[in-house]
Amino acid sequence: MSEAAPTSFVRREMVAAGPPPHAKTGGAARALRARLFRGPVNAILTLLSLALVVALAWPTIRFLLVDAVWTGSDREACLAETAGREVGACWPFVTAKFDQLMFGFYPDSQRWRVVLTYLIGALLLGPLLIPRFPFKLANAFLFFVAFPILAFVLLVGGMFGLRLVETNLWGGLLVTLVITFTGIVGSLPLSILLALGRRSELPIIRGAATAFIEFWRGVPLITVLFFATYMLPLFLPGNWQVDGLLRVLIGVVMFSAAYLAEVVRDGLQAIPRGQFEGAMALGLGYWRMMGLVVLPQALRLVIPGLVNSFIALFKDTTLVLIVAIFDLLGQLRASFADPNWATPVTLFTGFAFTGMIYFAVSFGMSRYALFTERRLNAPR
Amino acid sequence: MRRRSDEARPPAALSNPKIRSAVYQVLLIAAVVWLVVQIVLNARANLGTRVSGFDFLWQSAGFGINQTLIPYDESSTYARVFLVGLLNTLLVAVLGIVFATLLGFAVGIGRLSSNWLVARIAGGYVELIRNLPLLFQILFWYLAVLSVLPLPRQAISFFGVMFLSIRGLQVPMLQPSEGMIYVAAAFAFGVVATIAEGIRLKRLRERTGRQVSLTWRALVLMGGLPLLVFVAAGAPLKLDVPRLEGFNFTGGVRMRPELLALLVSLTTYTAAFIAEVVRAGILGVPRGQIEAASALGLRRAQILRLVLIPQALRIIVPPLTNQYLNLTKNTSLGISIGYPDLFAVFAGTAANQTSQPIEIIGITMVVYLTLSLATSLLMNWYNARVRLTER
Repeated sequence: MSEAAPTSFVRREMVAAGPPPHAKTGGAARALRARLFRGPVNAILTLLSLALVVALAWPTIRFLLVDAVWTGSDREACLAETAGREVGACWPFVTAKFDQLMFGFYPDSQRWRVVLTYLIGALLLGPLLIPRFPFKLANAFLFFVAFPILAFVLLVGGMFGLRLVETNLWGGLLVTLVITFTGIVGSLPLSILLALGRRSELPIIRGAATAFIEFWRGVPLITVLFFATYMLPLFLPGNWQVDGLLRVLIGVVMFSAAYLAEVVRDGLQAIPRGQFEGAMALGLGYWRMMGLVVLPQALRLVIPGLVNSFIALFKDTTLVLIVAIFDLLGQLRASFADPNWATPVTLFTGFAFTGMIYFAVSFGMSRYALFTERRLNAPR
Repeated sequence: MRRRSDEARPPAALSNPKIRSAVYQVLLIAAVVWLVVQIVLNARANLGTRVSGFDFLWQSAGFGINQTLIPYDESSTYARVFLVGLLNTLLVAVLGIVFATLLGFAVGIGRLSSNWLVARIAGGYVELIRNLPLLFQILFWYLAVLSVLPLPRQAISFFGVMFLSIRGLQVPMLQPSEGMIYVAAAFAFGVVATIAEGIRLKRLRERTGRQVSLTWRALVLMGGLPLLVFVAAGAPLKLDVPRLEGFNFTGGVRMRPELLALLVSLTTYTAAFIAEVVRAGILGVPRGQIEAASALGLRRAQILRLVLIPQALRIIVPPLTNQYLNLTKNTSLGISIGYPDLFAVFAGTAANQTSQPIEIIGITMVVYLTLSLATSLLMNWYNARVRLTER
């Protein structure tokens, strides 16, 4: 075997050090080149994108800030002729319409009730969103059960010495938030029941839950709102008077419950069989098995999905303007009709302002969904 | 001791799971039946002597519709109104699906680009569009953007064939004449022949292992043959390009501002969701698949075509179909800007006029439900077909 020795190779000196990894050298300039200018195609793409960004961002900044009109009392201030220059956003329009966009025609003297409701809601919601905060169960009870009752008393009034404020005076962001919040609070319990029903072993209950869910998911929300607004009164006993806003709320709750139910069902499906079997072996009945063992785990799993559904619900509230309920967008549209503020820039100003509100709320919620998702995926 | 605890329990029959489940289900049926009876009784009492039934469908509608794909006038029946609305809905839905798919795939792939700026722009687009309500965007396009467009005389021209003005978008239209039917027949023949040839080649490959590419044969059969007939028939197709005459355009087809606003907003909105679906689909293919494919010596294009795309599509298609369905349902928002889709002309105008809202909204809901259920059936079939068969 000794003649085989020459074919084997033994290195006698050290290998020269190789170049450092690509990304770690040359600092910012190098990184920039690697990310933006690798190859001619990439360079062209970068330049085109840069042109696109500049072409979009600069006019936007000019419109919103540089050319904007900040003070004034009517349309005169926002006309190019009076300003003597090109005119951007007409912010006095927003100032003038701000109260309407926020409260609709809720009486001036009673608006503290709305603000107080917001404050209490925020105080209860804040700790609920922070995972480290203790007393989650009590907090959730306060927010989902006690707060709605309190909010109802405060906003509607007619008791405890509070003046009654008819819902047809409500409008703007107030209505948007009321519909979103009622939609969430009302549909969550219903959706859990529906999800349990759809996974039930009893064929009739399963069939009924499935049919209910598929029906609401199969039709556009606007048909539901039409149905609720114009046809619900036909199906109720003649002497029942249902408030216009309440009709819409019922439609929204049904619709949203069907979508939430599918999210909750996802969570139920993700719970391993062993959990059910373990609970049954402990002698727990159906409701205690679900309530104590399965649902707490399932709901925690679907928090991101639930928050995403809440975002969809928040965006969908705008549809109520089609059935003549003045939410934020509806109130905005109504404010465009004011001849005192009719200028070429009024429309863009109004859309910019409300757009920022919608974006801030949805974006905030979607970031929170992402945060909870990361928390779930993090190794424990 | 034992006896006492037994006495405290409910009767034995209720502890029997079979009996208990029967009781629950009977109770549910009873509740549903009671609800339905109540609804019917109330509806009857509330409607009083008003007519019901579907006879109204054959009455003359008596109102105009500003966009009709089929002949329609004010003396047409409500059934015709239904058809006109349905076609208008389908028009927006089909165009929207095509454009949203193109834009959505471009943005979705752009988000995964190695070019930092491109990825950021695509990401910004998705975030901005997804976080604003669709109705907000529809109204924004319709009320704000399209209202500042110039008059036809100063219309914005796209290469001299399309003109954008306050009256909408004037687009060129293909005008076929009689000979076109032969071209269509030749194309139909080409399609059938290509399918037959594909089956033949597949059998050949299975029998002998010889691989023959279908691409060229398909091109000749479906492209060359119709082209030959087209030339032989004397080019029976004319492009009708719009021209400015006086204060307005003649020629071509006008897309009204309502259609335009609805189409643009539905396209951009759905594209943002499609982009996320596409991104998730591509990221969902394990890295090892691509590495293994390149280890096998496949070229980049082959990896895309044979490994990445088929696996990504399996993830992409179900949620993509869902987005298509959402887009179709969202066309009903056209009512907010006066686009005459099914919902606006039928559940809106017609329901107002006939005082038979129950029937009309019922029909409308059934249309949307049928669309949804058909789509989900199709999806179940597709999922069953592409499911990984584990052996």
